[in-house]
Amino acid sequence: MMSGIYSLLTAGVFVELDAVDVAFTEAAVGAGITTILMLGTLSLTTHKERVPTKPRSLRLLPLGVVVVTGIALIYGTLDMYHFGDPNSPVNTHVAPRYIQESGSEVGVPNIVTSVLASYRGYDTLGEVTVIFTAGIGVLVLLGAGRRKRRGGSDS
Amino acid sequence: MKRHLVLRVVAKLLIPMILLFGLYVQFHGDYGPGGGFQAGVIFAAGIILYGLIFGLDMVQRVVPTGVVRLLIAGGVLLYAGVGVISMLNGSTYLDYDVLADDPVHGQHLGILLIEFGVGMTVASVMIGIFYGFAGRGQR
Repeated sequence: MMSGIYSLLTAGVFVELDAVDVAFTEAAVGAGITTILMLGTLSLTTHKERVPTKPRSLRLLPLGVVVVTGIALIYGTLDMYHFGDPNSPVNTHVAPRYIQESGSEVGVPNIVTSVLASYRGYDTLGEVTVIFTAGIGVLVLLGAGRRKRRGGSDS
Repeated sequence: MKRHLVLRVVAKLLIPMILLFGLYVQFHGDYGPGGGFQAGVIFAAGIILYGLIFGLDMVQRVVPTGVVRLLIAGGVLLYAGVGVISMLNGSTYLDYDVLADDPVHGQHLGILLIEFGVGMTVASVMIGIFYGFAGRGQR
């Protein structure tokens, strides 16, 4: 519930910053869907922790993978320019091009859409693939397909 | 859920508007804020609201599980297919300029199609995850 309220407030902040598209996403995903999924998770889980049966070394392996990945990502950000740096390539190279030329090149009034869908088509394709993969993964983990095929006769 | 009369009436009033607004965001994303991702989430929210009020069996009669699974893959396929079509028309992958006679029209068409693909995948993934959660609760 708190995270839903937080997302709604964040969406308001994004509107105030003139990032309407981001605010839209935040309101719909953060305040709407995430709250529903969180409540669904809460209703499925119990308040007692199940005692893990795997040996300790196997349980530590995922933690190690996550920590190493996190360190690699933080190391990657060290090379980035400071936030809002006017001399960074983002602000000197592509952003003026998008703002000045997208009207004649793409002809879509919403520059956000033209950048996302046209100039950065590969990125958006990647994002859709990520959503696809995540959705399939969650469905497999939840076992949504099994119930249907057995006709709900198990358990 | 039979007794929640107020909830049912209000939901029946709201759901068509939510779905219509989702479609508006989907196809008006070129001109106003929004696009496939937001539209998919809004559309899914309408369906999920229906499922919350009227139960999982009713909503699965409206949007069957098989359709949801088809659409999850169909959105990605539509997006990738637009790229392949632009390659077949003699340009690079995902270059919409060649989709119509005029580059600007081609861009419009390409953006409309791929946003529709994004919306399809996002909406059906959200609905599918909701089905997964709600279906487990029933066991």
